[in-house]
Amino acid sequence: MSESVVAKEGVRGQRPGREASPAALRSGRRGGERTVVPDAEFASYYGRPIIKRDPWAASDIAGYFFLGGLAGASSVLAAGADAAGRRHLSTVGKLGALGAVSMSAALLIHDLGVPSRFPNMLRVFKPTSPMSMGSWILAVYGPSAGFAALSHVTRLFPRLGATSTSLAALTGPAVATYTAVLLADTAVPAWHEAYRELPFVFAGSSMCAATGMALTVLSPARHGSVRATAFAGGLLELAAARRMRRNLGFLAEPYARGRAGLLTRASEALTLLGALTAPAVRTRRAGFLCGGALLLGSALTRFAVLEAGRASADDPKYTVLPQRHRKEAETREEATPEMIVPTGLS
Amino acid sequence: MDLRRWPVYRQLTGTDRLGRGAAARSAETERLAPRTAAADRVVKSVCPYCAVGCAQNVYVKDERVVQIEGDPDSPVSRGRLCPKGSASLQLTTGPAREHRVLYRRPRSGHWEELDLATAMDMVADRVIATREATWQATLKDEDDEVSVRRTLGIASLGGATLDNEENYLIKKLFTALGVVQVENQARLCHSSTVAGLGTSFGRGGATMFLQDLQHSDCIVVQGSNFAEAHPVGFQWVMEAKARGATIIHVDPRFTRTSALADLHVPLRAGSDIAFLGGIINHVLRNDAYFHDYVVNYTNAATILNEDFRDAEDLDGVFSGLDREHCAYSFDTWQYEGMGGPGTVAASGDRDEEYEERTRKIRESGRGESHGAGGPSIGEGVPPVDPTLQHPRCVFQVLKRHYARYTPEMVQRVCGVPPEMFAKVCDALVRNSGPDRTSAFAYAVGWTQHTVGSQYIRTASILQLLLGNVGRPGGGIQALRGHASIQGSSDIPTLFDLLPGYIPMPHAHAHQNLDAFIAADASSKGYWGNMRAYVVSLLKAWWGDAARPENDFCFGHLPRLTGDHSTYETVLAQLEGVCKGYFLLGENPAVGSANSRMQRLGMAELDWLVVRDFSLIESATWWKDGPEIETGEMRTREVETEVFFFPAAAHTEKSGSFTNTNRWLQWHHRAVEPSGDARSDLWFMYHLGRIIREKLAGSTAGRDRPVLDLTWDYPVEGPLDEPSAEAVLAEVNGFGPGGTHLATSSELRDDGTTSCGCWIYCGVYKDGVNQAARKKPGSEQSWIAPEWAWAWPENRRILYNRASAAPDGTPWSSRKALVWWDAEAGRWTGHDVPDFKSDMPPSYRPDADATGPMGLSGTDPFILQADGKGWLFAPSGLVDGPLPTHYEPQESPFDNPLYGQRRNPVRQIHSHPLNRYHPSGSEPGSEVFPYTVTTYRLTEHFTAGGMSRWSPYLSELQPEAFCEVSPELAAERRLEHGGWATVVTARNAIEVRVLVTERVRPLRLNGQVVHQIGLPYHWGPNGYSTGDAANELASVSLDPNVHIQEVKAFSADIRPGRRPRGAALTSLVREYRERAGITASTGTEV
Amino acid sequence: MGLLSGPETDVAADAGHADPPPRMGFFTDTSVCIGCKACEVACKEWNAIPEDGLDFTGWSYDNTQNLGADSWRHVAFIEQPVTGGADGADGMRWLMSSDVCKHCTHAACLDVCPTGSLFRTEFGTVVVQEDICNGCGYCVPACPYGVIEKREEDGRAWKCTMCYDRIGDGLEPACAKACPTESIQFGPLEELRTRAQTRLAQLHVSGVSDARLYGHDPEDGVGGDGAFFLLLDTPETYGLPPDPVVTTRDLPAMWRHAGIAALTLFGGITAISMFGRHR
Repeated sequence: MSESVVAKEGVRGQRPGREASPAALRSGRRGGERTVVPDAEFASYYGRPIIKRDPWAASDIAGYFFLGGLAGASSVLAAGADAAGRRHLSTVGKLGALGAVSMSAALLIHDLGVPSRFPNMLRVFKPTSPMSMGSWILAVYGPSAGFAALSHVTRLFPRLGATSTSLAALTGPAVATYTAVLLADTAVPAWHEAYRELPFVFAGSSMCAATGMALTVLSPARHGSVRATAFAGGLLELAAARRMRRNLGFLAEPYARGRAGLLTRASEALTLLGALTAPAVRTRRAGFLCGGALLLGSALTRFAVLEAGRASADDPKYTVLPQRHRKEAETREEATPEMIVPTGLS
Repeated sequence: MDLRRWPVYRQLTGTDRLGRGAAARSAETERLAPRTAAADRVVKSVCPYCAVGCAQNVYVKDERVVQIEGDPDSPVSRGRLCPKGSASLQLTTGPAREHRVLYRRPRSGHWEELDLATAMDMVADRVIATREATWQATLKDEDDEVSVRRTLGIASLGGATLDNEENYLIKKLFTALGVVQVENQARLCHSSTVAGLGTSFGRGGATMFLQDLQHSDCIVVQGSNFAEAHPVGFQWVMEAKARGATIIHVDPRFTRTSALADLHVPLRAGSDIAFLGGIINHVLRNDAYFHDYVVNYTNAATILNEDFRDAEDLDGVFSGLDREHCAYSFDTWQYEGMGGPGTVAASGDRDEEYEERTRKIRESGRGESHGAGGPSIGEGVPPVDPTLQHPRCVFQVLKRHYARYTPEMVQRVCGVPPEMFAKVCDALVRNSGPDRTSAFAYAVGWTQHTVGSQYIRTASILQLLLGNVGRPGGGIQALRGHASIQGSSDIPTLFDLLPGYIPMPHAHAHQNLDAFIAADASSKGYWGNMRAYVVSLLKAWWGDAARPENDFCFGHLPRLTGDHSTYETVLAQLEGVCKGYFLLGENPAVGSANSRMQRLGMAELDWLVVRDFSLIESATWWKDGPEIETGEMRTREVETEVFFFPAAAHTEKSGSFTNTNRWLQWHHRAVEPSGDARSDLWFMYHLGRIIREKLAGSTAGRDRPVLDLTWDYPVEGPLDEPSAEAVLAEVNGFGPGGTHLATSSELRDDGTTSCGCWIYCGVYKDGVNQAARKKPGSEQSWIAPEWAWAWPENRRILYNRASAAPDGTPWSSRKALVWWDAEAGRWTGHDVPDFKSDMPPSYRPDADATGPMGLSGTDPFILQADGKGWLFAPSGLVDGPLPTHYEPQESPFDNPLYGQRRNPVRQIHSHPLNRYHPSGSEPGSEVFPYTVTTYRLTEHFTAGGMSRWSPYLSELQPEAFCEVSPELAAERRLEHGGWATVVTARNAIEVRVLVTERVRPLRLNGQVVHQIGLPYHWGPNGYSTGDAANELASVSLDPNVHIQEVKAFSADIRPGRRPRGAALTSLVREYRERAGITASTGTEV
Repeated sequence: MGLLSGPETDVAADAGHADPPPRMGFFTDTSVCIGCKACEVACKEWNAIPEDGLDFTGWSYDNTQNLGADSWRHVAFIEQPVTGGADGADGMRWLMSSDVCKHCTHAACLDVCPTGSLFRTEFGTVVVQEDICNGCGYCVPACPYGVIEKREEDGRAWKCTMCYDRIGDGLEPACAKACPTESIQFGPLEELRTRAQTRLAQLHVSGVSDARLYGHDPEDGVGGDGAFFLLLDTPETYGLPPDPVVTTRDLPAMWRHAGIAALTLFGGITAISMFGRHR
C-alpha cells in the first residue's frame, strides 16, 4: 500500500521516485562472501579491458626511450672519456648523444596528436608528470649535449664546452632513466608494479646502448673502458629485469607471453651475448658485431616493455585480480606481500 | 609575450604550486560560457516524439536553434527528456533533413528539384483532375439512389505527428473535397482504445493522467513497455513505487520495465483476455469487488433481454451471429425492454434487410465513434435488480461468462503458473476498494489484435468491478505513442469520424440531419446534445452557407458505404480505384502491416505526395525499395508521379499537441523553416486556397462544399504561414457576435454558435489560448489545472464524480478528489468536477427528462446513455457485449476455452499478397511454429522516420535484431550476434540475433511455446538500416476499428541471412506451398 | 590532506582556487536506472560529440561498449540469471548503469598531463582544456578507469567535463538534467554522499542486499570519486576496477628509484672509465 494520501486538504506522503526499491532489484545470491584466493573466473564486462592501452606508436615511443637512453649514457661516457683523455671516445659519445637526443625529440614530436603544440610541454612545471619533468630535463640536457658536441668538434669555447659536457653528463642519466618512471606512472599493471626495477633495467640498457655504439664505430685500440662498461651495463640490465619479473609475480606473465615474450627473450639474448663477448672484443669486426648486438638488444628491451604493458592493459584480469586480492587482503588483516600473487595464476 | 600569462610564472607566484589547477587555466577556459547563456531567446515548446508531451525549452541564437532541453516547469516531465527528446536538436537541425521539393516523373529513375510554387500548383491540378475523374455523386443501393458525393480516388494518411490545427485543416479540406479516405497513425495504434474505453465509460481517452499514477497503491503495466516507450512518464510509476505501491509487469518479454517492477509475469502473446478474465473471475468468485461502487455506478444491476445467449451457451459465440456474413445482429444483446441499436443504426429503415444493415454498420467502424459519448441504447428505462441476484442481471451474466476463466485455465492459455497468477490477483484486490486504488497502464500491446477493443474492455470491466475508475491513483492509462495521436483522434484525420467523435454520416443509415441525429444521439446524458455539436461544426465549416433551411449544409458531407480505413485504401490502390495519395508524416512502407502490400499498392497510384523530414522508404520505394531488388517492380515501369515536400519541424511552427493526458499543449515557433520546408498547416491552407481559386465560378454541385468552405485564415510572417491560433479559435468556437465560447454547454443547435470540435470547446475561452498556459507545476497541485488545457472542460481525471460515494462524500479520507459541497450547493474538490456542477447527489430525473438532466445525481458516467460504467456493452461493439478469449488470427493453439477458435467477426482480407497461416491443429501450422511479437525500443521511434536518420540514436541501436531464448537458439541453431531469417507467408526478413534469457519459452497445454521478439523500427533507408518487421505481418483486423494484429502472429525462423533477389520470393512461395496455404486458409469463421 | 593520495578535504583550494564553491559531483544510483540512454544523447547534443560508430555488439542493449573520446556517458547492461531469487525477480535481473568519468580526488590523468591541459576546476572537477592539449596521450594509460581517450580525428584527448560550462552558469550537467528517473544526481559532493548512505540503507532494508556504494570513500585509492555510484553487484561486473589506486601515489618512490638508477648509471660509467685511466 502507498504512503500517498489524497485528502480533502491536499496531498501527503510524496517521495521522490529515486527512492523506489522494486523487488526486481533483489538477487538470490547473498553479496559479500568471497574465497580467500580470487578465482580465475571473475565477472568481467563482456571480457573487455577495464583500462585503456596507450595510444602511442610503438616505433615512436620505444624509439624515443631507446635513443634517450643512448644519448644520456653516451654523454656520461663522453665526460669520462674527456677525463681519461680519450678524444676519439669522447667524440663518439658527444656526437652520438647529440644525434640520438635530436632524433628522440623528433620521434616524440612526431607522436603528438597536435605536433604544433609541442611547446606546450614547457607550459607548466609539473613534478607529478614524468613527461613534464622529462621535457624540462631535456630542455637542459639537449642544449648542453648540443653545445658540448659543437665545441668539441670546433674546439671553440673550450671552457664553456667543458661545462656543457659535465652538465650533459649530470643530466644524461636522468634522461636515460626518467622514461622508466614515465611508464611506471600509469595504471598499466605490468608497468606500474615494476616501478622499483624498471629504472635499473633502463639504466643498464642505456649503458649497453652507449657502449654498443662506441664498440661499433671505434677501433679496438680506442675502446678503453667501453668493453668493461658494456659488460657491467649488460649485467645490470639482466639482473634488474630478472628481479623485476620475480617481484611482479603473476603480472610477469605479460612479459613472458606472446609478442612481448618474444621481444623480451630476443632482447635478453642479444644483451647477454653482447655483454659477455664485449670484454673479449679484439677486432674491429668483433666490435661491430658485439656493439650491434648490444644496440639492438637495448632497443628491443624498450619494445618488449611497451608490448608487455599493452598486453597487461588489454586483459581485464591483470587489472581486476590483483586489485580484488589486495582489497580482500586489506579486509582480512593477515595480508602478506606474497599473497599479491594469486597462486592459481602465477 | 606577457610572462605573467605563462602558467609556470603563475605557479611560482600563486598558490597552485603544482600547476594542477588555477595556474593551468587556459585562455579558452577563461572565456568559457554555456551557449544557452548567449541565446537571444528561449522558446517554449513540446517534444515531437511520444505522447507524454514533455515540455522543451528551445534556445535560439541569430535565428538558429542552438540547444533544446527539458523545461523544468512542466508538471508531467519536470524538465526531463528521454534519448529521443534529447536528440531533437539533431532531429531539427541535423543534416539528415531535406530542404528542397523533389519530383519524380513517371518511369523516371531519379529525383529532380522543383520550385515550391510550381509543385503546389501541380498537386492542386492533380487533386482537381483525379477528383473529377473519380467523383461519385450517388450510388445505387437496395434499389434506390443514395447520395454519397465523394471520391474514392484520393486518400490521405498521417496526422498523429502533426498539430491539432493541422489535423483540423486536413480533415476540413479533404472532407469538403469529398475525400473520405482520410486516416492517420491512430488507426494503427490506438483506434481500439477509443472503442474499448468509449463503450465502457463514455469517452475514448485515458481516464487518468500520468502524474496521478503517483497515488496508486498498485500499478499493473500490461500490453505496454512503459519504461522503454514512455521513459519520462515512467518517473510517475517510480514515484508510486517509492511510496510503497506494488508494480506488476505482465509481458511476454522481460523488458526494461520488468527490470524495475516488483513482479514480472511472462505470458503468451495474444492471451491477455484470458489473463484478465481470470482476474475478473477471481474477483467475482471471492466477492472481492467494490460492492457499493458496482451497484451504484455500473450497469451490474441492469436486467438483460431474455433472448440473449452468452458465449457460455454457444461454445464461444454470442447470440445473433450470422456466420454467412461473419457478422452479429445486436438485437438480443439489449437491456430488457429497450429498443436495439437496430433502431439506432438503421434510423427508421427498420425493415431494411438485416444482413445488409449489419454489414454496413460493422464495416463503417462505429466502435470508434464512442470516443466522446457512449453508444445509444434506445428509449426507456431498463429494469434493475440492486440485489444483483436476478439471473439475467449483468452481474450474474458476467459471473457465468467468466466462471471458466479459472487459474488452471489461465495457465493453459497464458502459460502463467497459478501461484504467480494468485500474486497478481491478490495485489490488485488488496489494493482496491474505498481506501486504495489500483491503475492499469497499457499501450499497443493490447490494442493491436483482432480483438483489440475487447482487450481494453476486459481491463475496463475489471477496473469497474474493483471501483478504480474516476478516483485518485485509479483508472486506466492508455499510453499513446505519437505527440498528438490523441489529438488526431479528437480532431480526427480518420475516415469514420468528424471532430469530437461525431460519426461520419453513412450513406444508408442517414438521409438528413434529423435522421442522422436520431440515429446516433442518445436521449440521456451529454450525448443528448449531439445536435448542437453537429450544427456548430457545420457552421464552423460552412459558415453563412450553413442555414437551417439547407440542413446547415449537412448534405455537403461525403457519405460512407463501409470500411474506408487505411488497409482498405491499400486494396483500393491495388484495384486501381485509389489514384492519388497524401502521406503526411507517416511511413506505411515500414510502419503498416504487410509493408510489401503497401508499396505495391503505392506503385499503382497516378500520383503520390510525401511530406516528411527525410527521404523515407515511402518516398523512394520506386527506385530502391525491396521489390526493386526482388525484381517484382521495375523503376522504368512504375508510372507513379512522386512529389516530396520537406516538412517543418515542431520548432518551426506554432500549434498544439494533445498528449496522453488529454492535455492540449501549445508549442511556439522558435525559427522560420528554411528552404522549401513548410508546416502542414501552410501546405493544407495554401493547397486549399489554390484549389478554391482554380474552382472559383464552378457551377458543378460537387464543388459547392469547397467553395462554401470557410477558408479565410489570417497569414503571417515571411512565408504567409496561416495563424494557428486563428484555427484553434475556430476549433474552440464562436457564439453570437463572435464571442469565444467558454464551454460546450453554450453550444446551440439553431446555428447561432459555431465550433470546430465540441470537446475542445473552452480551449480558447475568453480569447485566451488556454493550451499555452505554462504555470510551473511546482507552483500548483498535482492536478496542475493551470498548465495547458485538458479536454473536456479542463477536467484531468475523468468520471471523477465516482471518487465520491453516492451521497457525495469521498469514499475515504485517503482518496478524496471531488465531493458535494452542500452549503455552496455545488461539486468541488481538487479537480474540475466531471459532472453537472450544481446537480446534487440526491437528484433523480423524471421519467421524461432528457439530456444531462435525464441522468441522476449518482450517475458518474455522464456521456453514457444510462450514466453507468458498462460491465456489459449492450451496443457499441460489433464483436460481442462481453470480452471473450479468442486465439490470434495466426496461433500455434486451438482455443482451450471454446470450440470457437478465433473472433468470428474479425476482419480479414485474403489476397495473393496477404495469405494467412494455418493455426493450431490445422495441417501445415507446424511450418510456422513460433509466435512473433513486434514492439518498439527506447532508442528509436515507430517507423524510424524521426530516429533512424539521427546518428546519436542510430548508434544506440544500430541494426534490426530479434530476441530469442537460448532454448530456441539451440533448437534452430541461431548464433548469438549472427544473422537469422524470419519467414511468414507474406515475406521473409533478416535480422541480427540477440539470444537472451529475457525471452523464455512458455510451457502450457503440454506444449512448449517459443516466442520471437521483433522491434519494428527499421527499413532500408536512413543512417541505421535493416529489414522491416512489418514485411512479415498480415492484414488481419479488429472488426470494430480495423486495427491490425501485429502483436501476435506465427512465423518460422532459420539461421543465416535471407536470400537476395528472386530467390527471396521463391523462398516465401516454397513456405506457402509447404504449409499448403490457399486463399481460404485461416478465413473460416 | 594529501597532495598525491589519501583524503583531501578541499581539492579545489589545494589546486590554487581562492575560496572555491563546494565540490560538485555525480551520484549515479544504478538501482533506478531504466537504461534509456538519455544521458548519452543529452551529453552528445550539449557537447557536440561525434557519433561513435554503428556496431551491433550483442552485449544485451549496450552498443556503446565503453567510455571514450566520443562517449562520455556509457550505459552498461548486464543480464543476470538469479538463482533462488526474491519473488518478482523471476529468475533474472537486468542491471543497468550509466558510467561516466569519476573526476577523482587524485586524478592520474591530470597529474601526468605535461601541458596543464587537464586541470582541476574550482568545482573540484577534472577538465581537459582543448585549446592546450597537444595529444601526447599520456593521460590515456594513466586513468585507472579507462575513461579518457585520444580522438583519432583531431589528435586530442577528450572526456566528460561535468559540463564545466553549464555548472559555471548555475545549470546542471546535460545528462543529469535529462535523466528521467533521477538515476543520475548532480550536486554538492558532500550532500550526495549523505544521500547515498541513506539510499543504501533504504535498499538494504528492502532486501536488496547486494547494493553497495562505489567510489564514495575518501579513504580509497583515488581519495574518493567526484562521480560515485550505487551498484547492485561487484564493480568488475560493470567493467569497473574493484580497488583502483591513483598511480601517482607511488610517484615519490618512483623518482627515488629512478634517481638511484641514474646515479648507478653515472657512477658505474665514470668509475669504470676512471679505473681504466689508472691502468
